[in-house]
Amino acid sequence: MISLTVNGKNYNVDAPKDITLLWVLRDHLKLTGTKFSCGVGECGSCTVLIDGEPQRSCTIAAEDAEGATITTIEGLPEDHPVKRAWIEEQVVQCGYCQPGTMMQVAGLLAQNKNPIPQDIFDSMDDIICRCGTYQRMKKGVETAIDIMRKEGSST
Amino acid sequence: MKTSMTRRTFIKGSLAASGLTIVAYVTPLGTKLVSASATEGAMDGFKPSAFYQITPDNVVKVMVPNSEMGQGVRTALPMIIADELEADWDQLEIIQAPAADEFKNPILHNQLTVASASVRGFYWPMRKAGAAGRAVLIDAAAKEWNVPASQCQAIKGTVVNLKSGAKLTYGELSLKAAKLPVPQEPILKKESEFSYMGKAMPRVDIPEKVSGKAIFGFDVDLPDLHYAVLSRPPAYGAKHLSFNAEAAMAIKGVKKVVPTPRGIAVVAETLDAAMKGKDALGTKWDKGSHPQMDTSSVEASFIKDLEKPGANVVTRGDIKNALIEAKKTHEATYYIPCVSHATMEPQTCTADVRADRCDVYIPTQGQTVSHMVATKVSGLPPEKVHIHTTLLGCGLGRRPRPDQLIEAVIASKASGRPVKVVYTREEDLKTDYFRSAMAHRIKGGLDERNKLVVWDHKVSSSSLLRHLGKEPKNGIDGYCLWGLWDKPETPTKANMTYKFPNFSVNLVLSDLPIPVAPFRSVQNAPNAFATESFMDEMAHMAGKDPLNFRLESLTNDKRANRVLENLALNSNWGKPLPKGWGRGIAQHRSFGTTIAEVAEVSVDAKSGRIQVHRVDVAVDCGPVVNPDPLEAQIQGAVALGVSTTLFEEVQFANGGVASANFDDYRIIRMSENPEVNVHIVESNDDIGGIGEPGIMPLAPAVANAAFNATGGRLRRMPFTPERVLAAIKAA
Repeated sequence: MISLTVNGKNYNVDAPKDITLLWVLRDHLKLTGTKFSCGVGECGSCTVLIDGEPQRSCTIAAEDAEGATITTIEGLPEDHPVKRAWIEEQVVQCGYCQPGTMMQVAGLLAQNKNPIPQDIFDSMDDIICRCGTYQRMKKGVETAIDIMRKEGSST
Repeated sequence: MKTSMTRRTFIKGSLAASGLTIVAYVTPLGTKLVSASATEGAMDGFKPSAFYQITPDNVVKVMVPNSEMGQGVRTALPMIIADELEADWDQLEIIQAPAADEFKNPILHNQLTVASASVRGFYWPMRKAGAAGRAVLIDAAAKEWNVPASQCQAIKGTVVNLKSGAKLTYGELSLKAAKLPVPQEPILKKESEFSYMGKAMPRVDIPEKVSGKAIFGFDVDLPDLHYAVLSRPPAYGAKHLSFNAEAAMAIKGVKKVVPTPRGIAVVAETLDAAMKGKDALGTKWDKGSHPQMDTSSVEASFIKDLEKPGANVVTRGDIKNALIEAKKTHEATYYIPCVSHATMEPQTCTADVRADRCDVYIPTQGQTVSHMVATKVSGLPPEKVHIHTTLLGCGLGRRPRPDQLIEAVIASKASGRPVKVVYTREEDLKTDYFRSAMAHRIKGGLDERNKLVVWDHKVSSSSLLRHLGKEPKNGIDGYCLWGLWDKPETPTKANMTYKFPNFSVNLVLSDLPIPVAPFRSVQNAPNAFATESFMDEMAHMAGKDPLNFRLESLTNDKRANRVLENLALNSNWGKPLPKGWGRGIAQHRSFGTTIAEVAEVSVDAKSGRIQVHRVDVAVDCGPVVNPDPLEAQIQGAVALGVSTTLFEEVQFANGGVASANFDDYRIIRMSENPEVNVHIVESNDDIGGIGEPGIMPLAPAVANAAFNATGGRLRRMPFTPERVLAAIKAA
């Protein structure tokens, strides 16, 4: 039995000890917003926040996340500056990688009281978007920072 | 988004659910418009291409025949109908169409989202269908009020009596409208009357994608769902020697081991168990059909093929004589390796095969082929087979293929329950049908005025047709030639735009076993790399500005002139650059669209690393439906262009694919992405496609820019630092 806290809820999952967090989230908890793409931590489609830190759920054993606070795209509020900015800038194309990317941006922004867009961009070279939405992702980051500054929020 | 309708239920449903349904049938004689409720008996004899329905509760239900993969088709097609219908955007219900003849693309004659054909295929039929509905609704209101139709106007989902100010909603009019005849040549709106087209409409699929609730193929869930993962041959033509089914079955949760044509499927209660079961199989394979084949032997084979005569595709003028008479001649050879689709969502399909019904949930680009194949493999009659198209985690041409569908149907049949087949990233790469590698050899000649008068082109490629199960006639496979030569009547509209008095193309088809398929733009992109690089080489030999040199051979091509002139104004063409920087230009026509790009690059002379800083794009695609996704498509196409130009190459070893995952198959990252400026040229010419054309000029524009920066000519993609340093050294 693996005990996890995801998006503020506690779950007990009957799964093998070595199962990755990604498969628990997707197949056991049915939180399918977190995506599988490479399975080796190269692309970022599976990124979730673990105690606020962006982490690749495809390379983390679920049991190593026991006791931590896990946030997935479904747990990021709909009015979160990153979600709003992603809609405002029409960042998304196919959208498959975007939940992971948004979680990474949300995590990076939360860690930095006064974020500078370029610093965020520099921390985004470990993600892949096959549709090539990078230019709009950058606009999305800038807009999310603007929203946060105006509204004084950081979550 | 509803995805559960079938052909029959849709037609019956739309007939039973009283209201106005307008069907547009595209026939060889033009578009025929009918009200569905009036033509029950005639349904099967025509080829309808567009549907919408207005229900008495004032909802306009629009069926989108195409697959949404981020290009915005679920927004663009409804915009066309809503605009001509003068519907209120908020009253639309947008529905993913099932697989059905009615939804075949009128220019592809297939329900297929490829060839940048969705908007250009449905633009006129949907405009007419929308306008016809508007006319009928006005007619119904005029009869209701007993006033002339000229006294009534449609405004945002209502018809207004201009004298009395009375209003009736489309829903209120729908029952009466359904009984009236439909005009065959309805009056279309003028551009100035458009409510939606030409204005940036937010995409309807974005909010659910941002929330994380969007359902892709991987996300399909059904009661009692099992998962299948397959053990795959490591080399082309390899057969399994042994596998340990008992060891797989010993894993907790594994339920079945099922052989399929392309691998051995392990079916389990959870994906985790299926993956572990696959590893436990310990499948042993033989060496396959080409055990010596590796990356360098593949390249050598394509280059060697250029020594063969090949099939003559086209010859104009007298090549031999023109090359002798030319004042200056030049010859160059180019090589473009295989690249992989590498869609972010790996291949997947869920099938639920029962005794009397088969449901398939698939992120497919091809509904017609999915339906055909599912029917064949399930053994059920066609009307019992239902294709549900999910969202696609990128397509790029990878997803008309039905392999994963075949595997899912076989596994579901064997298991007696729904089964989701999942490809790992490694399987997705190893089983891909790549963009074919190509080698090009071009000979060109200049006359005494340094004008390009002869162009002799030989190309070697794998045959795309063969991998669709068709043998090319006379050694000519049209897919390989897009952008070089094309029959004028084909929907691809991909002829080389230059008109040289002496022109010849010969094609050699490779006999290597590497499976190939269309990849966003098909072979247009490698063909454009060779032709537009060679144009630059010839411009240099002629001592002419590369932009003006192109215009010399494009005198009758107003679209090409427009885009090049646009770039002369809007890019920094001709302006000074720092040392180590360069600018290059290229243009191409494909899918009815003409596009040109100027790339601004820097080349680090020490490391050989190219950085593409800025790309200006001028595009003439005729009428524009939704300009913001159009810009996004070009930004994305440029990113894919940079990726395939600088980084991507599938590696082969021991007769199979050696590239395994994103750590050894390199894809563009954020810091490598240029700033892209899209300039849409105003044009009233024929509508062209937009999903693919942005890729084509990128590789040659970058090669030409690198030449401009360093004097080194890059003729082998991708332009790795080693190749860049070698080119500089050879200059």
